[in-house]
Amino acid sequence: MHTLTNGLGAYAGPVALAGEGPVTAVTASGITAYAWLLVALPALGAAILLVGGKRTNAFGPLLATLLSWGSFVVGLLVVISMAGRADADRAAHLHLFSWINVGSFNLDAGQRLDPLSMAFVLLITFVGSLIHVYSLGYMKDDPDKRKFFAYLNLFVAAMLLLVTADSYLLLYVGWEGVGLASWLLIGFWNDNPAYATAANKAFIANRVGDLGLSVAIMIMFFQFGHVDFASVDAGAANASPGALTAMGLFLLLGACGKSAQFPLQSWLGDAMAGPTPVSALIHAATMVTAGVYLVVRSHAIFEGSPTAQLVVVIVGAITLLFGAVVGCAKDDMKKALAASTMSQIGYMMLAAGLGPVGYVFAIFHLLTHGFFKAGMFLGAGSVMHGMNDQVNMRRFGGLRTVMTITWATFMMGWLAILGVPPFAGYWSKDKIIEAAFIGEGWRPWVFGLAALIGAGITAFYMSRLFFMTFHGKKRWTEDIHHPHESPLTMTIPMMVLAFGSVVLGAILGFGQTSLLQSWLNPVFGITAGTEGEPVLPANLLLGLTLVLVLAGAGLAWVRYVRDVVPEIAPHGNLVTQAARNDLYQDAVNEGALMRPGIHLTRSLVFTDTRGIDGAASGLGALVIGASTRLRKLQNGYVRSYALTMLAGVVIILGAVWVMQ
Amino acid sequence: MSLSHYIYLATILFSIGAVTVLLRRNAIIVFMGVELMLNATNLAFVTFARVHGTLDGQVIALFVMVVAAAEVVVGLAIIMAIFRARRSASVDSANLMKL
Repeated sequence: MHTLTNGLGAYAGPVALAGEGPVTAVTASGITAYAWLLVALPALGAAILLVGGKRTNAFGPLLATLLSWGSFVVGLLVVISMAGRADADRAAHLHLFSWINVGSFNLDAGQRLDPLSMAFVLLITFVGSLIHVYSLGYMKDDPDKRKFFAYLNLFVAAMLLLVTADSYLLLYVGWEGVGLASWLLIGFWNDNPAYATAANKAFIANRVGDLGLSVAIMIMFFQFGHVDFASVDAGAANASPGALTAMGLFLLLGACGKSAQFPLQSWLGDAMAGPTPVSALIHAATMVTAGVYLVVRSHAIFEGSPTAQLVVVIVGAITLLFGAVVGCAKDDMKKALAASTMSQIGYMMLAAGLGPVGYVFAIFHLLTHGFFKAGMFLGAGSVMHGMNDQVNMRRFGGLRTVMTITWATFMMGWLAILGVPPFAGYWSKDKIIEAAFIGEGWRPWVFGLAALIGAGITAFYMSRLFFMTFHGKKRWTEDIHHPHESPLTMTIPMMVLAFGSVVLGAILGFGQTSLLQSWLNPVFGITAGTEGEPVLPANLLLGLTLVLVLAGAGLAWVRYVRDVVPEIAPHGNLVTQAARNDLYQDAVNEGALMRPGIHLTRSLVFTDTRGIDGAASGLGALVIGASTRLRKLQNGYVRSYALTMLAGVVIILGAVWVMQ
Repeated sequence: MSLSHYIYLATILFSIGAVTVLLRRNAIIVFMGVELMLNATNLAFVTFARVHGTLDGQVIALFVMVVAAAEVVVGLAIIMAIFRARRSASVDSANLMKL
């Protein structure tokens, strides 16, 4: 298959990639042949704004926003043309250029435009463009507004490259690109050392994951000799389970770094140091879901290794509970939302690890989550905008009356994440819980219950956040006199996202074979009706979920609306304190990695100065000392020389005598 | 009288010569110690010639005497040169090679 691609490599136009896998990619033609504009437009924007410098201050932000919308229009046109084709012909491959040509290794840069990548493209460009618009208002008075929009465009370009790449290596380029944009934007206000540190922390934690991804790519190259998706998918069918497990686990490590999954989750909370639109776009809706994309895109590898799949599910289950517990104790509005993001991505990971039953729901939840979480982050930004950048929820309260639009849009997101029918989260999260209960033995019970309990905790902490912020008594600090609603540039994106939070689930998930299922199933080679039955009846699960959600929300209402919320956080029990400290993840990292690392380097330095240098200089000192002592023998007295000679003769004679 | 007594005497003479060389400072006396040691070995050579009934030892003793005579000439000349240079015949004062 790959030889075919190479054989046609000289042909200047797009190259057909015949596939043996579930999807046959057709040559990109028509509007699809212009899909490179998806990446090129925002990249152009970033280049103009960064190279143009201050001259672009006036029109730069607007240009960046327009280019982002342009990218969305291209994506939409590609999707429309794709929807017009039959299921089997939807996936298209666009050959861009011959990239790496070394010896027997040939890799072309190209784009794989199939229903999966286009679902991401629409999410990224649409939410991304809305957040560009929002940023026009949010960053209006920032002196570095132009740089901010340049980085945002850079991010959108890198993210689109990530999801449309046709090989793991090109995906890696996008993967690093979004990491760079994330670092630049978390540390956007880097005159504050804490923010700069947070950016570095995110970058370093991601580096650990990126190492995993690069090792996985190396194993692919070693095993298959190719790193493009088509060849890897084809090769995975015949590869040994051990190699697939190694690949799967290293891919998962990469996914854990990017998606803030256990055990590389510690950076996401601190990443909230970035401007709020960044938190909404990068650290809620798009970049952090790249790990889910990676796992789903590599489904051929994971399906070949049940061990790797199980580890994915375990990581997802741990993270969803971890994030939920942390979210319950955070008083910082953005950090509570970050913990929630972590938890929701845990749901997606869990679904992605379940195999064919879960892929579509992982992507479904990813899309709906992208809408409602981005909406809530923008709401949080709007609240901060009106409250002098206050983030402590204990000093909010009663904002419903002064920020009606923010309150209403936030409520849509809140209801969506709770999974209240018919809001978006109901359609996606409930399906994941249901899928988690499918299987045999202990797994459905453990993972299903984890997902179910997670839903209850989610209801509690999201309601806590919502009630503490918008309801109850006013607990504002003295410096806030007139909290105000944000301008329309900020509220319109929020309204659009809120609208999405309401209807997106029903649009994509309604019916026996939902729209999203029929759209994505060909990618995974799933034929309808292959799902198993959950170990508990689906209706019972739905009922249990709703009861838990109601209980969680009710508990939050009792504690944060009916009872008075203390302005200073109470001391709390041990669990609360642990959750406030992110379950001591930093302490664990510090104890398990940082301290031993420091000791290791110190002992290496010690070995170097004392051992290596010591051996060299010790040898010199030894020779000097010995020669100083030997020199004393040269005293110039003839008699002592004579004695030495005599002694030597006696010793030699004695030795001869002894020998005989 | 056993021939071994000659060996004892040679050993005693050699030891006296060696101790003289090691302990005395006067170059002339040291020189005498050297001569004593040479003669002690000569005695030992002659004795062993007698023991083995061959002439080898006696021949070597003659060689030693000839070489010793030559050595005495050179050695006394050196001692004279040192005495002239340093106004002393002490071997310890001739320590120019000391660092």
